[in-house]
Amino acid sequence: MNSAFNSPTWHKLKWPLAALMLVLLYNYFYTPGFFQIEMKAGRLFGSLIDVLNRAAPVMIISLGMTLVIATGGVDLSVGAVMAISGAIAALLIAKGFALPLVLMISLGVAIVAGVWNGLLIGYFKVPPIVATLILMVSGRGVAQLLTGGNHIPFKHAGFEFIGRGYLAAIPFAAVLTLLLFITFVIISKRTAAGLFIEATGDNEVASRYAGVQTRVVQFAVYAACSLCAGIAGLIATANLAEADPSAAGIGLELDAILAVVIGGTALQGGRYFLAGSLMGAILLQTLTTTILTRGVPTQWTQVVKALVIIIVCLLQSEVFRRSFQRKPATA
Amino acid sequence: MNLRAIKRNIPFVATASVCLLLFLFASLRYKGFLKLPYLLGFISDDAYLGIAAIGLTFVILTGGIDLSVGGVIGLTSISLALLVEKHHMNPMYAIPLVLVGGVLFGTLMGCLIHFYLLPPFLVTLAGMFLVRGLAFVFNQESIQLTDQMLGGHSASHSLIVFNSTIKIPLANTSIPGTTLIYFVIFLIALVVAQFTKFGRNVYALGGNEHSAALMGLPVARTKIGVYVISSLCSTLAGIVHLLYNVKGDPTSGTGLELDAIAAVVIGGTLLSGGVGYIAGTIIGVLILSIIQAIINFEGSLNSWWTRIAIGMLLLLFILLQKLIQAKKFKTAGTFQKT
Repeated sequence: MNSAFNSPTWHKLKWPLAALMLVLLYNYFYTPGFFQIEMKAGRLFGSLIDVLNRAAPVMIISLGMTLVIATGGVDLSVGAVMAISGAIAALLIAKGFALPLVLMISLGVAIVAGVWNGLLIGYFKVPPIVATLILMVSGRGVAQLLTGGNHIPFKHAGFEFIGRGYLAAIPFAAVLTLLLFITFVIISKRTAAGLFIEATGDNEVASRYAGVQTRVVQFAVYAACSLCAGIAGLIATANLAEADPSAAGIGLELDAILAVVIGGTALQGGRYFLAGSLMGAILLQTLTTTILTRGVPTQWTQVVKALVIIIVCLLQSEVFRRSFQRKPATA
Repeated sequence: MNLRAIKRNIPFVATASVCLLLFLFASLRYKGFLKLPYLLGFISDDAYLGIAAIGLTFVILTGGIDLSVGGVIGLTSISLALLVEKHHMNPMYAIPLVLVGGVLFGTLMGCLIHFYLLPPFLVTLAGMFLVRGLAFVFNQESIQLTDQMLGGHSASHSLIVFNSTIKIPLANTSIPGTTLIYFVIFLIALVVAQFTKFGRNVYALGGNEHSAALMGLPVARTKIGVYVISSLCSTLAGIVHLLYNVKGDPTSGTGLELDAIAAVVIGGTLLSGGVGYIAGTIIGVLILSIIQAIINFEGSLNSWWTRIAIGMLLLLFILLQKLIQAKKFKTAGTFQKT
């Protein structure tokens, strides 16, 4: 741990970083103007800034998802929670509620959704995939019911700032992501929460016997993940200046899981790595932007992402790695 | 019947009772519900869901999960329509081609899950995005099958007239061919699950994989086999969807994975694997169809309520399962599996 290159952080970060460098290198040579950053009216513009701005929702969700996956679970409902929080915010704005109240109510509902997941998983021991799948599908039903299946457009400068605004020349969404990241890191490193989460993911029964309140941990991580999804939903809704309950957050659950897995957090749980997840999300968005600027039809992005996640999981699989090594001399 | 056998059948009995109650409720409340054409209608509407759910039952019996069923239906529907309608391929070749595709896809997922120990939900989730993405890559809009003559014959003719030629007349209505396919698949699955070596291996694997391996059962073949069966069934479901609607659609089967899982779980199959019946899944599908019919009859209820109702019913049955399992652990020390 003496030099920066020996630290475990570097060790885990090097693969996603290498992949990101590769994509950036490709863009450096083949996409003209990819690295250009301009200052226009006190705001930064350019492809890289655009990547950061667009990656914000996935980055934020991947923070919460990292904690959930670290406990050995998974949350498939993030897309639906995004749709719900966005729909509620848009409806309240349209009704003329004050901004703080709108934010509190829509994020409060997101937390309730997470508590619901935590209740099913922690107390009733429903497998996380199924518990969150229920919310994934019925949650979208709820969002569509709230808005009557319509798009809800609105005009509100304060709320739109969340998705479109700039703070000190940087997109506000990116600043928000950074703040959330710092908060999550402080909670994991400076309090015992990180230890409890890893212990629960490593061995739930043993942790419970050792005095860790595993149910409370599960409650907290699912609530945190839903809160993140709620914030992401607000950003997406504010950015579009309308709520679209049938399209908001579709397929984002895979993106978030992919970002976490690329970042070096194992799906079995027990170890997690927040910076890696952010890196994974940025890598994904850079890849998507690259695909789009190369003129490849949008439909292909889903196919490419699906293939990337399988390849990354294979690379992480012990069995797969071993099959490329020579038979060890000793058993 | 001994006590243990009764306990094992609680989920199945609960399902059958719920189905009966819903049926009685609907037939007493709504005029026209108890008419044969209507009843046959909603069974036929959901035939493709039933076929996909039958395949999924095998996967869940081993303790796994397959989230790609809906995507496979979409891909099958659009690629078959594309091959026949746009490329004028004879359905005699096109149908086996898509079936082979389905089998290959299932084998690939099964191998990833078995040999590389990847979590089934992740592999099949990626699989779902892969096939759904491919469906949109192939064609973004739906393709209506038309009886267009080309060189003296129409490639899609036999697909279009399938349901009007192959049918069994019954009273003043008839059972369409696609529903017959559903019944045949159900019978085959029933025999495979209850009366073959493979079926017993599936139950054993779901009961305890480690014990099954120690007993010398072919774990690899069985585990990959169930994903192949599930993919094959979803492909067949996609074909049935195309035949029934006479239209290929890349969005068909969206969100169907929850409906299929719901049908299997409501049908009494435990998510932990090892316990369940194919017949239960059929009743589960019937329950979903009746709920849909009730929501249609009510009129004032929005169609989005269907999704919410299915989610809640699924939740109810999972909690019931947990209750039974918790009791089983307390009373009998050992797990008795079928």
